[in-house]
Parts: sequence; structure tokens; C-alpha cells
Amino acid sequence: MALLEVRALHAGYGHTRVLHGLDFALETGAITALLGANGAGKTTTLRALCGMVKAQGEIRFAGERIDARKTEDIVRLGVAHVPDGRGTFAHLTTEENLKLGAYTRKDRGAVDADLERMYGYFPRLAERRRQQAGTLSGGEQQMLAVSRALMLAPRLMLLDEPSFGLAPLLVNELFNILRRINEREHVSMLLVEQNAAMALELANSAYLLETGRVVLAGSSDDLKRDDAVRRAYLGH
Amino acid sequence: MEALLHQILAGLATGGIYASLALALVMIYQATHLVNFAQGEMAMFTTYIAWSLIHAGMPYWLAFVLTVLLAFVFGVLVERLVIRPVEHAPVLAVVVVFIALLLILNSVAGWIYTYTIKSFPSPFPKEPLFGRWLSSHELGAIGVTLVVVLLLYGFFRFTPLGLAMRAAAQNPDSARLVGIRVGWMLALGWGLAAAVGAAAGMMVAPIVYLDPNMMGGILLYAFAAALVGGIDNPWGAVFGGFLVGVLENVLGAFVIGNELKLSVALAIIIGVLLVRPSGFFGSVHVTRV
Repeated sequence: MALLEVRALHAGYGHTRVLHGLDFALETGAITALLGANGAGKTTTLRALCGMVKAQGEIRFAGERIDARKTEDIVRLGVAHVPDGRGTFAHLTTEENLKLGAYTRKDRGAVDADLERMYGYFPRLAERRRQQAGTLSGGEQQMLAVSRALMLAPRLMLLDEPSFGLAPLLVNELFNILRRINEREHVSMLLVEQNAAMALELANSAYLLETGRVVLAGSSDDLKRDDAVRRAYLGH
Repeated sequence: MEALLHQILAGLATGGIYASLALALVMIYQATHLVNFAQGEMAMFTTYIAWSLIHAGMPYWLAFVLTVLLAFVFGVLVERLVIRPVEHAPVLAVVVVFIALLLILNSVAGWIYTYTIKSFPSPFPKEPLFGRWLSSHELGAIGVTLVVVLLLYGFFRFTPLGLAMRAAAQNPDSARLVGIRVGWMLALGWGLAAAVGAAAGMMVAPIVYLDPNMMGGILLYAFAAALVGGIDNPWGAVFGGFLVGVLENVLGAFVIGNELKLSVALAIIIGVLLVRPSGFFGSVHVTRV
């Protein structure tokens, strides 16, 4: 069964419509990429999935309708969103940020273990655990945002441009960690990326968005071979 | 010299009360970026409740604790029923709601309890504990302030709920994304602010006597205190409270006379806003345009 099913999703801001009837699905345990140019509606899709913008249409998570739910209730079902711009709590310490990620969890012992696991994934965060998040470098903040989402012990992670503003080496490191988390912990991921080449390397399948509609869908290998995708998004 | 020392110590006592109320203002400000003009009247109203409880024969400290709890519930209800509906309204509309709340509470208190000034008991002994420097009540008021400040610090610093409240105040969107019910955190903040205000009201009532207008001047001092410290800094508010208390007392006794005391608060407010709008410890906000 699909973990996430989206049917005829419409969304926008005020009178500006951004999504015009989006259909897509996400397999349990898979990494799925949403590709597309600026303004295609990728970020809006993620925001609509977790109730941050008003949307019409049907969204099912693990079979349950979530389209009318509040953000905090969707999060409590196990959907962790790493927003664009990272959304860290700038005036709180690294460790406080991570603890907030696990705010809804009741298994205190496992939370402490997860905290140490995050420091294992990202040793830089361990060095900065008492430092205010706002003083971290861009790359460190991105790692913090990803770790904070993982602290929820999510079933689905929504990642909005995790590579944005990162040095190429860091992007590689981050994507390797995401792959490891996906393989070992079976966290499903929906990845929004402008860096289509990297995204297709990581993802099992992908959807291509253009002006709020899905124009192409398939396995990552299919999309990599598609002429239109190659010309427009892969640059070769 | 002796007189000066006495004035400074007495100033610290009232300063503690200003500090508590300033802290309540700062807590609401951090979450909503608005100054609750009705904070003083909420404190006044809950002090009347304490008065009723004590008059009905309840022991002082039991009435104190019960009043603080009732004030907390009252604060939560005010947020839920009065502030929530205007959540997305323009700033001025919310300010009007605050002022309406101020007037309503003031009038209702006058209607129930009349405008006759009442004396309010102090839980502390009549005889000074440490010679003639400080009355027991003044000393006790400082103690209560410190306990309130430490409890709040511990709550915000060391409990998961306190952390969640700080997160919700700082960044509501991200707070929702980790599953925090931001609306309830706001209501909780109002409850805590009202509870702190109630403690301040009960500590100040033995000094200024109980009447529906007793908090008018005190809110002004608290507002000055919050501004001096930086309206978004709780430690600054506490510091500002003590500073304003001492300044008010010393200037009133030796420089400008008691009649002009209240204008010290106004002068401080205007001075801070002109010279250093972010106060001593507030964060300076720079916006790129």
C-alpha cells in the first residue's frame, strides 16, 4: 500500500493558485523526488501536505485522510518536514532544537539514544550542542534541521531543498546520510530538489512538476534517460 | 545617609513588585509582540478574589496559592475567549481589546467591591526583622519576587513544556512542525502571566491599599521597567523593575517630591524610547529592506 496518496491537490496563496490538481503517490520505504523549476509548486506541495497552506483535494497518509488536519496533528502521525530556510529555532541551543524535534514522543529513553545517534551522524552538531542555533553556519543549520526532523522518529520525511546553500562536499555527505537512514530505518522520504542530478541519484522514483501539475513520472532511471529531463534539468 | 539607604531598600521592595508585573508584560510580549495594557487590572481583580477568600476566613497562604491558581485559569480563559478571536486582527484592534478589558475589569471590580479603599493583610510580621532598615513586608515582597523569578526561570529553562513555550513564542511555524500546539502555548503564557501578576497584586496591596484603580500607576512603573530592561528580555525586566523602584523612591524622597513620583516612570519611558528603544538588554532588530 502506498504510504502517501495525493489526488487532485489544489493549493495557493490568496488568489494566486499554485497547484492545479496534483496526483502522486509515495511507496512505503522509498525515496521519491519532486523535480521542477522555480515556481513549479514543489515547496507549496510540501506545505500543503502538512497543512501549512490551504488546499483542496485528497491527501491520505497510511490510508488516513489528513487534508483537513492541523499541522501539529499531521506531525504527530509521523510526518517530519524540513522546511526551506531550515526553520531552526535561532535563539535556542542546538541541543534544545533537537529535543524539540522529539517533543511529541513519550519514549524518553529512546529519545536520549536518538540524540546521541544524531551526534554520531553529524559530529559537528555535538561540538556545538550548547551553542545558539542562529550562530551555526549554513551547513550546520541544515544538518540541524535534518536531525531535528529525524528526532521525531518519523515515518515520512519531507525535505525541502536540503542541498540549498551547501558546499558540494557537504551535499554528498548529507545525501549519504539520508540514504543510510532510509535503508536502515526505513524512513520514507519525499525530496524536493533543484539539483535534479543529485536527487535522481538518491531517489527511487521521481515526479516532474511544471506550473503546478505533474508532467512526468517514473523511476529515477527512466527520468534520467528522458530527453526532456536531460535537456532541461540535467544539462546534458 | 541613613535615610538614603532606607529609601533604596524600600525601592527594592516595590521594585520587586514592578519586576514581577514587568515580567508578566514581557512574557505576553514575547509571544504576541503586544503589550497587555490590561495586565495590571487582571492583577487587581485577582487581588480582590484573594481579599474575598481571606475575608471568608481562609488562611493567608492558602488563599495566596488558590488565588494564583485561579489567576492562571483566568489568564488562560482570557486568551481563549477574548484574545484568540482577534488573533489575526490588526494591531490597533487588539490594543482596543486590551483597553476594553482594562475598563471592563476595572468597572466590574468597582461594581462588585465598590470603590471604597480596603486594607489588605500582609502575611509577614508587623515588627521589622532586621532593625529599622526594612519592614518585614518589604523584605517579604522581595523574597516573593525572587521565588517567582526563580520558579519561572526553572520552568522555562529546564522543563520540556517550558522549552516548547519558548519555541512557540520564537517561531510558531517551526513549533507546529515539531508538533507543538502553539495556540495552547499562548494560552498557557497568558495563564502564567496572570498568575505572576496576581502574586504582584497581593504583594503590593498592603502598601497601596486595595481599590479598583490601585494598579494604574504600578502598571506604568512596570511598563517603564520592561522598557528599561528591553521589552523582550525577562532578565532585563527584572533588573528594570528593581532599578525603577529604587529610582522612583530616591528621586521622590530627595529630588522631586512624592507628588511627581509617577512622572519618573513617564520620563523613563520617554527617555528609553528616545535614546535606546531596545533598552539595556533587549535585542536590536535590524530589518533588511
